[in-house]
Amino acid sequence: MGLAKRIIPCLDVDNGRVVKGVNFVGIRDAGDPVEIARRYNEQGADEITFLDITASHQGRDTTVHTVEQIAEQVFIPLTVGGGIRSLEDIRTMLNAGADKVSINTAAIHNPELVRQASERFGAQCIVVAIDAKRVEDVEGKPRWEIFTHGGRKPTGIDAVAWAIKMAELGAGEILLTSMDRDGTRNGFELGVTSAITDAVDIPVIASGGVGNLQHLVDGILLGGADAVLAASIFHFGEFTVPQAKAYMAAHGIEVRV
Amino acid sequence: MSGTVAVIDYGMGNLHSVASALQHAGADRVIVTHDANQIRAADRVVFPGVGAIRDCMAEIRRLHCDELLQLALTEQHKPVLAICVGMQALMTSSEENGGVPCLDIIPGTVRHFGHPLLDADGTRLKVPHMGWNEVCQVREHPLWEDIPDRTRFYFVHSYYVTARDRSLVAASVEYGCSADAALARDNLFAVQFHPEKSHTAGLQLLRNFLNWNPAC
Repeated sequence: MGLAKRIIPCLDVDNGRVVKGVNFVGIRDAGDPVEIARRYNEQGADEITFLDITASHQGRDTTVHTVEQIAEQVFIPLTVGGGIRSLEDIRTMLNAGADKVSINTAAIHNPELVRQASERFGAQCIVVAIDAKRVEDVEGKPRWEIFTHGGRKPTGIDAVAWAIKMAELGAGEILLTSMDRDGTRNGFELGVTSAITDAVDIPVIASGGVGNLQHLVDGILLGGADAVLAASIFHFGEFTVPQAKAYMAAHGIEVRV
Repeated sequence: MSGTVAVIDYGMGNLHSVASALQHAGADRVIVTHDANQIRAADRVVFPGVGAIRDCMAEIRRLHCDELLQLALTEQHKPVLAICVGMQALMTSSEENGGVPCLDIIPGTVRHFGHPLLDADGTRLKVPHMGWNEVCQVREHPLWEDIPDRTRFYFVHSYYVTARDRSLVAASVEYGCSADAALARDNLFAVQFHPEKSHTAGLQLLRNFLNWNPAC
């Protein structure tokens, strides 16, 4: 027996409400983030990830307040991402009670931020989020490129090479989202998941596309992920965290019960 | 009655969750401080830590937290709980940041897990050691009250502790090697995992700390 694979429910939060869209459009309201976080804590979730998709500055204050409320009631690790652009933003979220912050676009614009953040706050709290989309190279072989702006804007950066670089700069963990799969319920993009888990020594969280419990198992057994993140299957009461863990355990995966 | 719990704040990160978990576990009063008078007057002391050891040690010494800790341990005989980097800081030295002398309150080493780190069956293990792992209680202690052996706690660290005096080991954890998960000596208890992030088991350990009376 050893380290358990983690199940991480993810709250996508817009202006203080949990939402979850299909490929980031068609947003559906799922409720109050504090109440939902508390429910997952009680169900035995291993961590919670809070992704702020609010655009406005006013909304950022709401986010800090929500994070504070969650941190006061939830005694499992909490990761906060979305709009983290500077050391100051990281400090604000850690002070509000986040245990880790997830850096996405800002790392692309300024990779040094990852190094500075890791040196200042410790690698254990720096998660680099990678939004990857499948493209084909000139020979028609699949590769994965990083996209920003909710999957609309290509960057030309190879996702696997980027993951290696982020680990070298001091990231403590990679949160890998397949933009082709996010919100589709068709399962993780296992090709990019295993390519990145093989390439780096740090833990990798697979995200994007979970529609049933077998997808969670596949992410770990086929994709090699250390943790699996899902949103809608939990938000709408389709499955509970204990059901997901029981299913994973039945497939030989070590989980915390 | 827990009395007042001082969480020593040497400026290395968020102690919010440690403080709110202690409150939740039933502490009468929790203060987060580096003020010498407040720490001296407290009934119990928590010595947490996150981040890189070099910066932690520099701040611990600059703010004289090392002296306050010694006072609480050896003169005032208060219950003291060290957490994660707080536990690592108690050792003789750490390999992190090219080698950093620590407090030497418990003689022992802090070493990196290594690259590549392999399991007994040859499986590659990721570093940091991040997530919920089984804590093997190797001896009885009041802080294990109502916590079954091999309960999972939340870990996040890349360096691990090995105490020289093996009789001080209260728990171990397996991750490519056997690392010390908890050390206990007199009124001091130190854990590598994060009880404040370990859900019900973590809150139970904090509750046990609040009820612990090592003098009796």
